[in-house]
Amino acid sequence: MTTTAPSPALMPNFGDDDSGRKIAIICSKGNLDMAYPGLIIANAALGEGVETHLFFTFWGFDMITKSRMNNLQFSPAGNAAMHLPVADAHMPQLMAPLPGMTAMATRMLKKSIADLGVPEVPEFLDQIVAAGGHLWACRMSADMNHLTETDLREDVEGIISAADFVALTVGAQLLFI
Amino acid sequence: MPVIELNGHQIHVDDEGFLTDFEEWDEDLAKVLAAAIDIDLTDEHWKIIRFLRADYASQGQTATTRRVQAVGGVPVKKQFELFPKKPGKKMAYVAGLPKPHGCV
Repeated sequence: MTTTAPSPALMPNFGDDDSGRKIAIICSKGNLDMAYPGLIIANAALGEGVETHLFFTFWGFDMITKSRMNNLQFSPAGNAAMHLPVADAHMPQLMAPLPGMTAMATRMLKKSIADLGVPEVPEFLDQIVAAGGHLWACRMSADMNHLTETDLREDVEGIISAADFVALTVGAQLLFI
Repeated sequence: MPVIELNGHQIHVDDEGFLTDFEEWDEDLAKVLAAAIDIDLTDEHWKIIRFLRADYASQGQTATTRRVQAVGGVPVKKQFELFPKKPGKKMAYVAGLPKPHGCV
């Protein structure tokens, strides 16, 4: 038993010295593909010990709305960058608006994400909250959609104004998605 | 590749200090590594460390916090309690593994 041995000559910097760092992420998109970037950064930031706040506004509000959070969609329409999972093939934009295309693209994207072991959006938010992340809802979006706290995930800490969010993220690095 | 002396053994580490040789780790060494980052190992810590070691042996990469929850059965919240602030990296360090490379 040598738990009292001297510290290793070389050890990782676990950076308790950079405590105080904060990240604020504004999630304004409700498309399935645009929901993920903010969640992935938030999860990574929390894993680095960074205080993390997410603000859900406009279409991003769907990510925390109970009746909508399980039905985020991905559409190839207007997304010229989208390619099919085979041979870098691009989908002709004329086909993108056809009936059933959004459902098919959503299924494909969900499968690709699940194959990487990445959870669906509601479960991902569970993990972010478990890691200490803070979720905030936008007051104006709630009013526009006629929604109240009872319509949102229980772990949303409040419906707040833009000014409130700016005030509570003083000094934070800010990311708008 | 740096070599350091720990617990009377020569240990290979990367430039940050994470162990690079799976076979150079043992449970006594884990206690030394944990003490270096101010963690007293309990049974709950050992459950994670043993999962990480077994998972690395079968998968060839270090499990992320997500995987430690989904496959190892230890909730993320508990991981943050046991290995504060940077659980992914701290768990890997004590388990003598490279830091996790997965994004989630």
